[in-house]
Amino acid sequence: MKMTYAEAMRDGLRVEMKRDPNVYLAGEDVGPFGGCFGQVAGLYQEFGPGRIVDTPISETAIVGHAVGAAAAGLRPVVEIMFMDFMGVCMDEILNQAAKMRYMFGGKAKLPMVIRTPCGGGLGAAAQHSQCLEALFTHIPGIKVVMPAEPADAKGLMAAAIRDDNPVIYVEHKMLLGVQGEVPEGEFVVPIGQAAVKRPGSDVTIVAWSGMVPKAAAAAETLAGEEISAEVIDLRTLTPLDKDCILKSVGKTGRLVIVHEANLTGGFGGEIAAIVADEGFDLLNAPIKRVTAPDTPVPFATVLEKAYLPSEEKIVRAVKELF
Amino acid sequence: MEITKEKLLGFYKTMVTIRKFEEKACELFAAGKLPGFVHLYIGEEAVATGVCANLTDKDFITSTHRGHGHLIAKGGKLDLMMAELFGKATGYCKGKGGSMHIADVDLGILGANGIVGAGQPIATGAAFACKYKKSDAVAVCFHGDGASNRGTFHESLNMAAIFKLPVVFVCENNMYGISISQKYHMNVSDISDRAAAYGIPGVTVDGNDVVAVYEAAAEAIQRARKGDGPSLIECKTWRQKGHFEGDPQSYKKPEEQAEWLQKDPIPRLEKKLLELKYATKADLDKIQGETAQKIEAAVKFAQNSPDPSPEDVLTDVLAG
Repeated sequence: MKMTYAEAMRDGLRVEMKRDPNVYLAGEDVGPFGGCFGQVAGLYQEFGPGRIVDTPISETAIVGHAVGAAAAGLRPVVEIMFMDFMGVCMDEILNQAAKMRYMFGGKAKLPMVIRTPCGGGLGAAAQHSQCLEALFTHIPGIKVVMPAEPADAKGLMAAAIRDDNPVIYVEHKMLLGVQGEVPEGEFVVPIGQAAVKRPGSDVTIVAWSGMVPKAAAAAETLAGEEISAEVIDLRTLTPLDKDCILKSVGKTGRLVIVHEANLTGGFGGEIAAIVADEGFDLLNAPIKRVTAPDTPVPFATVLEKAYLPSEEKIVRAVKELF
Repeated sequence: MEITKEKLLGFYKTMVTIRKFEEKACELFAAGKLPGFVHLYIGEEAVATGVCANLTDKDFITSTHRGHGHLIAKGGKLDLMMAELFGKATGYCKGKGGSMHIADVDLGILGANGIVGAGQPIATGAAFACKYKKSDAVAVCFHGDGASNRGTFHESLNMAAIFKLPVVFVCENNMYGISISQKYHMNVSDISDRAAAYGIPGVTVDGNDVVAVYEAAAEAIQRARKGDGPSLIECKTWRQKGHFEGDPQSYKKPEEQAEWLQKDPIPRLEKKLLELKYATKADLDKIQGETAQKIEAAVKFAQNSPDPSPEDVLTDVLAG
């Protein structure tokens, strides 16, 4: 059935909460308010305050309590209202959730999900717009998923909840209202599998989250100019579906990586390194990255537009490879 | 509250076990046989012992850098702990955690912790799980005076208070946060006063008196089990050793150290046991001797255990 990305994610959460009484949602304004962008509207009315838990503005305790609750047998889903606020609970993510299993010699399970919206486009400026996924992909012991369309928003939510590891589930603010066809009932998209969003033969465009629709639009434009672009939606950053990328580059011989995050130290660098290392002979041209510049996210509409990667910038980058 | 002979002798055995484990760890570290850091609990044995005597395997604890005592008091196995200190494959964490990270989730021990104040939200979450599952289990968070200055302390006590979670925050005020005296690092003398900020009970007890600790913890833990919410217990005690082994402790005044050594919790309990005629000097010597043998056996187990295989560096990162 047709659903928005936000509705689909919520449906995934709802189905899992019905399926498993140990699943609950906690975070700021997730109760009657229904989430900052209305992502979880109605769940409080359906499940009540015992399972949809409004917390104080205490990101450290929100994520930290989830670590303890997960270690003690629950499956918490917690919301950090904006990805930018992840810094407030970084110890809980990088030293506690991510490390506990390894430090305990495999004797702990941390089935917890941190949901958080990323991305610019709302004029929300530098503390409410960032894409910080690269920070988290650098930390062993956690998984990072970033769905780009409604069906994946639902299926990856289910997979994240069922996973016995900490999973950071990043939802893009500009995708929340996008509609798409979504399967009803239980539906799981496996973590760690990329999707070929559009097949092509001349160039591979790897994107994720908010950049997937832009990459798809660029591919459409390029098709009109006789360039056949294959668009890959990574869906999951860690663990990464390397094979999907290498297979595509093997077919096209060219690679453009698109991400909304800043250039330096971005996850695009990691993909480029993998392809250079394991697929150098497949390449007929240098690898290109289309990303935001190395600045904070600006406020003014004209500046934010200049900051964000666009369909035009992707088209331009692709053409430079021919 | 009646403290039976059996209970008091049980306290004594636990405290002596912790002391002898720590003395052995000290000796082994000085001899260069243990990698990493070792943070000893010597002098603070009455706190872990008095608190954990109120807990069962279903209850949870979170611990600190100085975790050996908490783990032993909660039922941790000496041989597996010692093997972990040596970094052996047979250790609690297969040699991946070491002294600062020993855990036994099956016993409700959610780990010693290398980050000061990190156990506070984790214990809050374990208590959330106890309440969510409608069990009567509780969580106890051991933390130090230094940790009570961290944001985790405020966020956790506040969250636990508003959710009425079954958690007891046990502040072991050993008077120093690493090298900094409590007199310098906070503007209150009793950390338990901070409970008022969260609308929960806070008490200060003599942390070198195991019976006082036991009784205060019993009250707080019963309150938590009944669903009446969290408490903060401050146990004033003394870190007889440095923050870590090898710390020259130049920041401590000799007279302060001498004064506190007079208040050592173990001779103090011995005196009580003898006065009450619950034990003779020979009985106590026997306990000491048997405990020393157990520690030696644990060391032997550890030394005879294999190292982890290098391939194990890659395992246990993710479940499933």
